[in-house]
Amino acid sequence: MSAAPGLSHFLILAAALFVIGVAGIFVNRRNILVILMSVELMLLAVNMNFVAFSRFLNDIHGQVFVFFILTVAAAESAIGLAILVVAFRGRRSINIEDWKNLRG
Amino acid sequence: MVEYGEEKKLRGTVPSFALIVFYAFSAVLLCAALGVILVRNTVHAALLLVLAFVASAGVWMLLFAEFLAIVLVLVYVGAVMVLFLFVLMMLDANLESLRSGRGRFLSAAVALLVAAQIAAALNRDSFLQLPRFEAPAEAAGDNTRLLGSVVYTEYAYPFELAAVLLLVAMVAAVALSLRRRKDVKYTDPAVQMRASPAGRVRLVDMPSEKPPQTATVETNKTTEKRKGEKQ
Repeated sequence: MSAAPGLSHFLILAAALFVIGVAGIFVNRRNILVILMSVELMLLAVNMNFVAFSRFLNDIHGQVFVFFILTVAAAESAIGLAILVVAFRGRRSINIEDWKNLRG
Repeated sequence: MVEYGEEKKLRGTVPSFALIVFYAFSAVLLCAALGVILVRNTVHAALLLVLAFVASAGVWMLLFAEFLAIVLVLVYVGAVMVLFLFVLMMLDANLESLRSGRGRFLSAAVALLVAAQIAAALNRDSFLQLPRFEAPAEAAGDNTRLLGSVVYTEYAYPFELAAVLLLVAMVAAVALSLRRRKDVKYTDPAVQMRASPAGRVRLVDMPSEKPPQTATVETNKTTEKRKGEKQ
């Protein structure tokens, strides 16, 4: 029994974080800003898995993958917020109920 | 690789402290994440998300991923969350009345389902039969140098693609949110440079006319006519 936090510690932490992110989408399903934040939480959980496996398998490639995920997530949130601002101008609301005409 | 005795010595002293730090950061992280999804004020949610990112940067420090931890703080806390807060405060949306009470049961059900799936995946025999993951007793050297030596050689092409992706995202964000304002006296420098005398002044040759006497007489007549109608 080692005293150091093992791989399972980090995996369970990441799983809990991911579940909180999933629940956040359902709890705040009207507020699109909080939904974007919940998606960020889920991405963070996935990144934590990558970093933990990278450490415990002693393989740097997992961290490179996290690097690229961070890049794509930053681009995603920038464009998502830009779309949010554009869509807000016409409706004056960030309630998803008011955005139903975006359905195809 | 380190000798067994050295590893044992490390386990005896340092790692217990690491475990305490791990639990402290995990508690902060999970509480902040719960706050993000449960708190009523969206600005508070964004600030709690900042706290969650900082706490997870601490956890990544425990995993010897120093570069990524710093990048998480700099990029996420410094850029992305500032963008979130900026948009949040720029849109004067009615942020109250956005919570739905109906979603509670569904969210709990979905969260439990996902948690059960993850727990089942973690408890699979095949997962347990993997070799016991023992962390290397110390980091494999300078994390940033190691990451750079891989990114700039093996991943050079994806790295440049990521740069192009960021450029595309920047142009797209500007193009999406750019708005031409009609109520501002705005001059286009290109149009000003292209101006020529021929395009500005048009000389028209007009013959001089006699003063219009007939028009004044007609107006007098019409006013008299109106007076007659009123009476």
